[in-house]
Amino acid sequence: MMPAVEVLSVEKTYPNGTRALQPVDLTVQEGEFVTLLGPSGCGKSTLLKMIAGLLAPSSGRLMLWSKPVDQLEAGGHRLSFVFQEPTLMPWARVQANVRLPLDLRGMPAAEAEPRVRDALALVGLDKFAGSLPRELSGGMQMRVSIARGLVTQPTLLLMDEPFGALDEITRNRLDSDLLALWQQKKLTVIFVTHSIYEAVYLSTRVVVMAARPGRIVDEVAIDEPYPRDAGFRVSTTFSGYARRLQDSLLRASGNVDEALA
Amino acid sequence: MSGHSVLGRENVQRVVYPALVAVVLIGLWHGLVIAFQIPRFLVPSPWVVAETLVKDWSLLMGALFNTLKITVFAFLCATVLGVLIAFAFVQSRLIETALFPYAVLLQVTPIVAIAPLIIIWVKNPTASLVICATLVALFPIIANTTLGLRSVNAGLMSYFKLNRASRLQTLWRLRIPSALPYFFGGLRISSGLALIGAVVAEFVAGTGGTGTGLAYQILQSGYQLNIPRMFAALLLITLTGVLLFAAMALLSSWALGSWHESEVRHD
Repeated sequence: MMPAVEVLSVEKTYPNGTRALQPVDLTVQEGEFVTLLGPSGCGKSTLLKMIAGLLAPSSGRLMLWSKPVDQLEAGGHRLSFVFQEPTLMPWARVQANVRLPLDLRGMPAAEAEPRVRDALALVGLDKFAGSLPRELSGGMQMRVSIARGLVTQPTLLLMDEPFGALDEITRNRLDSDLLALWQQKKLTVIFVTHSIYEAVYLSTRVVVMAARPGRIVDEVAIDEPYPRDAGFRVSTTFSGYARRLQDSLLRASGNVDEALA
Repeated sequence: MSGHSVLGRENVQRVVYPALVAVVLIGLWHGLVIAFQIPRFLVPSPWVVAETLVKDWSLLMGALFNTLKITVFAFLCATVLGVLIAFAFVQSRLIETALFPYAVLLQVTPIVAIAPLIIIWVKNPTASLVICATLVALFPIIANTTLGLRSVNAGLMSYFKLNRASRLQTLWRLRIPSALPYFFGGLRISSGLALIGAVVAEFVAGTGGTGTGLAYQILQSGYQLNIPRMFAALLLITLTGVLLFAAMALLSSWALGSWHESEVRHD
């Protein structure tokens, strides 16, 4: 296996002195589904944005496919980023929103159209290609956002609490759909969440982070075969992992009372 | 089907209610003029105004055409100039910081104060009036378009950056569509201001100017105590303003109707 992402002593300090992230090390192998789990302010989003190249680290090195992030050629990069909000263009129809990354690369329409159709079919929205974002529910908008992430045929998918704003039922369904896509497309996924249950359900490995200052405190491998069905969510193995992660989070926050409340 | 009839009823209401108010006001006006026997050189009755409108039709229409010509030219100039200036402003903070105070200066200087200068400096009377009206109408377009071009969703901005979009791609695909609602807001304000600017400039130019617009007719009617014609000219100016505003509202809802909050019908 080859490492897709290598984070080497990366830290982030803002100009005003706020320490968002202490030096962290993390290696993600190709094909892994790694979740960054932690409370607000633990630097999990900051870390993800630095991997994407949206933020520059204060020090340390970031490698994607064994090359420094800033040396990846434009257009040739194989990563997609899915934000917490759908971040769709409200004036553009679903198909135009999904086609955006291809348009930005100057791909001709004849080549882009079938790709857009495939991406929409993958997230089950082929019938909504002509809709406007405001005509769709929150969950469907998030699916459009994921289709836009997949249309470039990435090998690395970075997701920043993508389902955080959705209701639990919708979130569970999107979680299972995401796992199916991950297996089908042999993706590498780094997923940010603050939900212990989402982390256990999705991941091959959970990286536990703590706040003030942001740091990695634990790593837990979830050795459970895929596909994972709804039964896994209510199994004793599942709650075992959930408790293990919760203990980790509690120890890191150093305040048992607060965490138990 | 039911949605259609509700929509129809709403549209009818939107016309009928203001029309009823108009009928009541005109009736009241007529009644008061008759009841107190107010002479027509002070307040003419609506009937006399209508008569004047018909009698002086060709004179008033010619004047309306001239005022409208100046208004439309000025509005177009203000739109083009305003958008270009807004583009320059968002290209760099330096340009905006250096020049924005002067845009404000334009806005706060009363047009009646600078119109005489412009009329002296610019030989062509039509051109001088267009310049005055443009100055009045310019600022809302600059301010609104600049605000709009800057009001881009931060997430979408990050997305464009992540996909290494060029400056031009970001402008064309993100900034301009984001700015449209603000731009149309600016158009609505400026359409009215262009008319006001045209009329005010004509007043300042007075009898020394071209002497063909509605403002000139109002001035002349004042000297001749032809109050009914004054009322008729005033009525035409008001109607023009309302029609301009309605045209801009229509344009805005045509362009934004399907997606922007301000135009979406929640029912």
